[in-house]
Amino acid sequence: MSFIPVFVLILLWLALQGPVITAIVMNSLPDGALEGLDSGARQLIQAEISSIAAGNIFGTPEPWKMEAARQLVRLHDISVWALLAITLGLSGALVLFSRRRVSAEFRARHGVERIVSGLMIFCAVVAIFVTLGIIGSLLFETLKFFEKVPFTKFLFGINWEPQIPIREGQVAAAGAFGWVPVILGTMVITVVALVLAVPVGLMSAIYLNEFAPKWFRATAKPLLEILAGVPTVVYGFFAILVVAPVIRDFGQSLGLDVSPNTALAAGGVMGVMLIPFISSFADDALSAVPQALREGALGLGATRAEMMTTVLFPAAIPGIVGGVLLAVSRAIGETMIVVMAAGLMAKMTINPLESVTTVTVQIVTLLIGDTSFDNPKTLAAFALGMMLFIVTLVINVFALRIVRKYREAYD
Amino acid sequence: MNDMRKVERDVDAREVKISARDCQVWYGDNHAIKDVNVDIEEKTVTAFIGPSGCGKSTFLRCLNRMNDMIDNCRIEGTITLDGQDIYDPRVDPVQLRAKVGMVFQKPNPFPKSIYDNIAYGPRIHGLARGKAELDEIVEKSLRRGAIWDEVKDRLDAPGTGLSGGQQQRLCIARAIATQPEVLLMDEPCSALDPIATAQVEELIDELRKDYSVVIVTHSMQQAARVSHKTAFFHLGNLVEYGETGQIFTNPRDPRTESYITGRIG
Ligand SMILES: Nc1ncnc2c1ncn2[C@@H]1O[C@H](COP(=O)(O)OP(=O)(O)OP(=O)(O)O)[C@@H](O)[C@H]1O
Ligand SMILES: [Mg+2]
Repeated sequence: MSFIPVFVLILLWLALQGPVITAIVMNSLPDGALEGLDSGARQLIQAEISSIAAGNIFGTPEPWKMEAARQLVRLHDISVWALLAITLGLSGALVLFSRRRVSAEFRARHGVERIVSGLMIFCAVVAIFVTLGIIGSLLFETLKFFEKVPFTKFLFGINWEPQIPIREGQVAAAGAFGWVPVILGTMVITVVALVLAVPVGLMSAIYLNEFAPKWFRATAKPLLEILAGVPTVVYGFFAILVVAPVIRDFGQSLGLDVSPNTALAAGGVMGVMLIPFISSFADDALSAVPQALREGALGLGATRAEMMTTVLFPAAIPGIVGGVLLAVSRAIGETMIVVMAAGLMAKMTINPLESVTTVTVQIVTLLIGDTSFDNPKTLAAFALGMMLFIVTLVINVFALRIVRKYREAYD
Repeated sequence: MNDMRKVERDVDAREVKISARDCQVWYGDNHAIKDVNVDIEEKTVTAFIGPSGCGKSTFLRCLNRMNDMIDNCRIEGTITLDGQDIYDPRVDPVQLRAKVGMVFQKPNPFPKSIYDNIAYGPRIHGLARGKAELDEIVEKSLRRGAIWDEVKDRLDAPGTGLSGGQQQRLCIARAIATQPEVLLMDEPCSALDPIATAQVEELIDELRKDYSVVIVTHSMQQAARVSHKTAFFHLGNLVEYGETGQIFTNPRDPRTESYITGRIG
């Protein structure tokens, strides 16, 4: 344990030595060398000095650059030797110190516990700050977007054509940033996914909980959980390579006009992804209902079906609803499947046989390729991300509320 | 203790309502009930007594097939109700349980209103025609369960919000509302204060005019007060079964005597 401080010192030293040495070197450059240069040019000079120091000399650099490079190398050597000396000295001192401290009365556990709890607090704080940072940057860019595109046009506009010219002379559409068709696409796909996942997930949970023999439950549950572990990319190409063609062929055989990328295929495959999610939540909710309640109902002469509809479901429904809402927010935020299987064109339609696009797909396409962070096309991605964040946050808070409330009912 | 007794114990044999022959119950490898033979008579209160874990609840649950619900539970022997084997595949356990009601060891009100708790049985069995009749059944059951005065102003409040003792009386009232022929009560008074206990005992005494009542109890006094017949269980065996007066004053088996006098248990 006594080496922890030494270790921390080494880490800090290695992290800080580079910037500190560079700063010293840059400051000791001859007067006038940096005069009138902007930060980009300064960085260029700095990089040149570093590469000379590393032995990569191109052409004949000015003598003051060579001098600076030599200084850089010297400082670096000094730093390494100093680190070595300090490390050895400190370890020796610490070993001596801890030798002295070790005695019958010394309670090492208190110290260790303090260090460990400090570490845990540190991790928690890091997580919180990272989250705050993400929200902050999202908010910042979103506000920048709304300086260029009015908020109402974004919120109520029914045209989404973000391919505006980035550079002058580029040929592109005029640009329109109404998010309604995009969120509508997300909603269509989510609804399709839920229409599949909720009944199937619920039924399987009921079967596993109330009817299945023990051995079946013991094998089926892990299998369902495997379904939850399939990477979404795999679901994605399952959707384009298998499901979409089947739907298209089937639709055409009925004389329907089906586009190659249908909301039905993307949503259906997403529904399959959500089945284990919903069934595990419903399973938890059902098994949380005390056995005594079931016996109470059956003891009064209720059939199993009556017991389920009159006692089990009213008691379990809040938990089930909570699980479904969490599934909704996952469906809304799901990206990979829709990037692969849904379309790119925003359309005002609720027909699941047409191609629709989703918020997540649009974010991905907006940020791919030519980007510069001061035009509305790129900033729109942040606005969409912000809206997505708000929608899923509201749903999650709502869902967790419900789940928690029902937990209290029996504890 | 004879002076405290509530029931006239006439010695005439009555008709047999439930009869168990060579009944065996296993939970996995645990042989919980061994060779139990017993005849439970009509319009009688029968008490099951015995030390904790001796199988009283297990046997009681066999009488309305509540053990069907437990996966590793296995039952052998025959149990008949009115001469009909209740484990016959043709018997519907649902209908059996409507006839043989049960009050459980732990109160288990549904997370519904007090009114809906009581109305549960009558509703699923269609015992009431119209709201007025249902109201009447609910009130009558709550009165008989000795809880009407405490809940009459809050029939819409959830049953789970009542105290433990009130919940138990609610469950008794709920079981009566279904109008069973036999009422099985597993320690119905373990959570009740003396006043409520007296009221429940009053109720049991009234019920036996129409029904058979089987009651599991840890209180010797209660068994002596309310029952006509007493069965003493020990380690899964039915050790002794007979007139309550005889069991308590003149037990034949030394184990019964030690239990009653407080030496085992
Ligand atoms: N669901 C069950 N699964 C497995 N074993 C059980 C189960 N219920 C009871 N047993 C076992 O059966 C035996 C009898 O239990 P039972 O509940 O019938 O006792 P009891 O006489 O009612 O006791 P008490 O007076 O404490 O309620 C005990 O050994 C118990 O461990
Ligand atoms: Mg018991």
